[in-house]
Parts: sequence; C-alpha cells; structure tokens
Amino acid sequence: MAIENGKGGEIGSSNKYSKFKAKMTGSLPVVLRVAILLATGGATLGMGLNKQSKTAVVAVVGTTPISQTFVAQFQDTPAFVYFVIANAIASFYNLLVLVLQPHLKGKAHNIWVLIFDMVVMTVVATGAAAAASIAELGKNGNQHARWNPICDNFGAFCCRGAIALAESFVGSLLLLILNVLSTVTLRKNVAAHD
Amino acid sequence: MAKALRACVFLLRLFAAAATLVAAVVMATSHETTSYFGFTMEAKFQYTSSFVFFVIANAIASGYSLLVLLIPSTSSFSRLVIATDVIIGMLLTSAVAATGALSELGKNGNQHAGWLPICGQIHEFCNHVMGALICAFVGLLIYLLILFHTFYVVINPLFP
Repeated sequence: MAIENGKGGEIGSSNKYSKFKAKMTGSLPVVLRVAILLATGGATLGMGLNKQSKTAVVAVVGTTPISQTFVAQFQDTPAFVYFVIANAIASFYNLLVLVLQPHLKGKAHNIWVLIFDMVVMTVVATGAAAAASIAELGKNGNQHARWNPICDNFGAFCCRGAIALAESFVGSLLLLILNVLSTVTLRKNVAAHD
Repeated sequence: MAKALRACVFLLRLFAAAATLVAAVVMATSHETTSYFGFTMEAKFQYTSSFVFFVIANAIASGYSLLVLLIPSTSSFSRLVIATDVIIGMLLTSAVAATGALSELGKNGNQHAGWLPICGQIHEFCNHVMGALICAFVGLLIYLLILFHTFYVVINPLFP
C-alpha cells in the first residue's frame, strides 16, 4: 500500500527521471529556440519599421502658414540601429540552427552551437541595454543636460519602440536560460561518459 | 597543469575584481561644475540612470568576484559558480553597453531630437566617464577569459 500510494517504487521513479531528462535535452531547447526566434524577430521588425512623422506649423509669413514635417525614425539613433542589427543577427542564427538541427549530431557541432549561442546572447544583451538607455532618455529627458523628452510629441514611436525593447529583453532572458541549460546538459553528458 | 590553471583563474578573478571596483569608484567620484553664459552647469553621475546602473553593476561584479575567491573549487558550489559567472558577465555587458550609448550621445548629441552635445562644456566629467568605461571594459574582457577557462575545463574531456 505504501509503495502504491507513496512516491512509487524505484523503477517508477527512474522512469520519471529519464523521461524528464529526455524532455530537457530533447524538446525543451527546440521550444526555447522557437520562442527566441519569435521574440528577436518581432523586436527586429518592431523597431525596424518604427517611424512617425508629425507636421507642425512653425511660422506664419504674412497670411500663409509654413509647416515643417518632423520625423522620428530609428535610423537617427546609433543605439537603435545597433539594436535592430543585433536582433536580426540573433533571429537569423536561431533560424539557421533550427533548420540545421537534424544534421547537428556530433559533439563538435554541439560545442560550436554553444559557443555561438553565448556570443549571440551577449550581442542581444548589449543591443537591448543600449536601446533601453536611449529610450529612458527619450521618455524622461535629462534636465541637467537640457535634453527635452520626445515621447510626449512622438507617442506612437515610443510605444512601438517600447514593445520591441520588451520583446528583446524576453529574447535575451530566454537565450540566457538556453545557455545555462546547454552548459548544464553538456556537463552532465561529460560526467556520464567519464 | 591543473594547479597552474587554478592559480591563473584565481589571479584573473582578482584582476576582474580590481578592474570593476576601480570602474565603480571612478564613476562614483565624477563630479564637475562649470559656468558658461551665466548658467551654472553641474554634472554628476546620479543625474543619469545609466550611470547609476553602471556603478551598481560594477560594485556587484566586484563583490561577487571577491566572494568567489573564497570558495574552494572542489565544493558543490562550483557548478553554481559557472552559471552565476555567465549571469554576472551579462550584467557587466549590459552596464557597459548602456553607459557607452549614453556617452556617445553626450559626445555627439542627436541633431534630430534637438539634443546638443555637452562634452564640450564638461570636459573633465567626460574624461572621468571615459576612464570608468575603459576600466569596466577591461574587467569585462577578464570575465570573458574566466568564462573561456570554464569552457576549457568543461569541454576539454570531450576532445581526447
């Protein structure tokens, strides 16, 4: 009775553990990669297509008003350009790994994938950090440097940029989880072979 | 060979702790007041969130490095240290990236947003920030070397 109702016999628990291990090493990395692809791809598109123009009357000469169009686009800020490029690199790399997944069976392949994973994670993290720093400045301005905030004038630009930034942060976090998982499973495989 | 590697990593962590500590201190002591055209302009690191994050991140990294030096490498914490090494490296990376973005803005301004460059007025502050950035970058490179060593120790058995 205790064996049936309790934690189960030794055979039952080892089955559960092996199933869990199979899931961690098999399907979880693929699911993570698909999620990362979606997140970084969405961030790239969201910031890459981010543009807002506003027309305002600047002066009145006689009776004719002169209007000027002010454009907010991501190309004006180097940090946002780097953000788009970094997320594009990450999404292309993950797409490549997902497509080549059946062919990557050897140990050397796994190590190169892990190394490139770490590089891509760093690139995405730096892109997100730089863009977040500039976005905070655009939202709050800096009174001491006499830099005025721009989000009150270009609300849609800021909203889309914020969504892209949030997606990139999620992608970066998932990349971190994927890296830690890969390192731990690699270490476990090494320990199992020894 | 293994002993030499361990001594090497010990030294690297010591250097990383020193570099990040210096970066945090240099940024925290950056302060300049100038006056031009009758305006007094004061530049402190607290006025910018990115710089505050930079100081905090470097302080955390420095404290963590010193803490890890006290852990013997054969204890059960060594696996946790591998994961936290990656996390602290990411923290340092994002701090350097955010401060770098803001420094570039301070140096060149952004014409389209109407933000004028301010490094011309607060030259000493800009130099201070540049020094702190360089120190943190060196600390980051040392952390990268530490991560490479972790890789070598983990992956080496796979290359017989």
